[in-house]
Amino acid sequence: MTQTGMIEADGIHVDMEHLKKGEVNLGTSIMAINFKDGVILGADSRTTTGAYIANRVTDKLTQVHDTIWCCRSGSAADTQAVADIVQYHLGMYGITNNEAPTTQTAAAIFQELCYSNKDQLSAGMIIAGYDDRHGGQVYSIPLGGSLHKQPYAIGGSGSTYIYGYCDANWREDMTEEEGIQFVKGSLQEAIKWDGSSGGVIRMVVLTAKGAQRHLYLPDQNYEGPGKQT
Amino acid sequence: MGGFDFSNHNRNAALHAQGVPLPKATSTGTTIVGCMFDGGVVIAADTRATSGPIVADKNCEKLHYIAPQIWCAGAGTAADTEFTTAIISSNLELHALSTGRKPRVVTCMTMLKQHLFRHQGYIGAYLVVAGVDPTGCHLFTVHAHGSTDKLPYVTMGSGSLAAMSVFETQWRPQLDKDAAVELCSQAILAGIFNDLGSGSNVDVAVITADKTTLMRNYITPNQRVPKQRNYKFPKGTTAVLNEKIITKEDISKYVTVHELEDDSKTATAEVMDVDQ
Repeated sequence: MTQTGMIEADGIHVDMEHLKKGEVNLGTSIMAINFKDGVILGADSRTTTGAYIANRVTDKLTQVHDTIWCCRSGSAADTQAVADIVQYHLGMYGITNNEAPTTQTAAAIFQELCYSNKDQLSAGMIIAGYDDRHGGQVYSIPLGGSLHKQPYAIGGSGSTYIYGYCDANWREDMTEEEGIQFVKGSLQEAIKWDGSSGGVIRMVVLTAKGAQRHLYLPDQNYEGPGKQT
Repeated sequence: MGGFDFSNHNRNAALHAQGVPLPKATSTGTTIVGCMFDGGVVIAADTRATSGPIVADKNCEKLHYIAPQIWCAGAGTAADTEFTTAIISSNLELHALSTGRKPRVVTCMTMLKQHLFRHQGYIGAYLVVAGVDPTGCHLFTVHAHGSTDKLPYVTMGSGSLAAMSVFETQWRPQLDKDAAVELCSQAILAGIFNDLGSGSNVDVAVITADKTTLMRNYITPNQRVPKQRNYKFPKGTTAVLNEKIITKEDISKYVTVHELEDDSKTATAEVMDVDQ
């Protein structure tokens, strides 16, 4: 048996052949940040099967409750299945308690699924949401199934290229416009340097007013069209 | 004694240890496509089925019925696409009966993805799901591992790259029905001519709010022409050295003899399309 894969920066051996043959992969750049009035989620739109782009306009930002969303990276099948199950649980929670679930509750359900099935899953998720009790929150669940509450989180294969950019440019309590520019600037760099990331930049802004989608196209130099109706 | 008999497993394990390869499943090295248009959706497929390098069927059907207004095009393992679509078709009909509503395409897609995810990619079904329901027109792809995509035009199978190149150059928004049918058949033809795994004819299905039209062998670009020479030898080519006549009465002692209505008829149950 020959050794496959590579040693990542943190010294953990990552088996790149872990994805089953022919499996659809979200070789991705995803991120979520806190800002003054809530959270912003962002993602590229490339889905690959080996060297082929299976979908160039993928939506990796998935709604699991009214103002709780997630960014998906890793296996498309695994992350869709996990997000569907969490969406079911949060739907049930909202109805039985007659109160919307908190972002922390959502993140805990994600962690339960990702940790207890860690041997069978390749799912790296970022959960971000807004609730009236805690405001905006960002949680990251990397491959092993651990849960980290963070001011901002980056993930996917493209994230390795933007640790420096994000660290240098991050500020607490940015305005919505500043937050959008931060996410957009980071993802543009990730797309530029990572071959597995590309296409359009999608964003979701979560505030007390609800969810607002944004779209930025490469043929408009990622400057528009912006807010989606 | 009751219970299960696992002796075949032991035999297979022993055979495998000796280096005997597993039997190869018939795979539909395929081109399948789908495209939305104003008021409906079109799906199309080639008709070649392969088993390794052998063409197993020159004119197979890769367009599968799910519900009257929901159809599926299948690539991957032929048996798996056949059975998964049949199972989901059955369950969707029961679901429609118990809810008293028409089946929805998203319901079908969700049932397919959950079924395929449960089997972790071991069911080799790659599907294009298309249909019209009370909520509108829909087009999805479902991969064997259980991931799904929603797009205005899709391709799958080994010929998907050839077919996608047609869509990426010819597709435009707000197609009408005829333009969508034309675009889908051109995409399949690209697969037929440029992909080794695809070939033979083009099948097309058009689904609109009021009806579904299945156009089997919509284009047949690979018709066989009659052979220019025939290889039948005329009577007398070989000298007859001796002759013995066995009467019907004689042979009846050993086997049962059935009368044929006339000499032109043969006792074949079903006629297969073969070279003459």
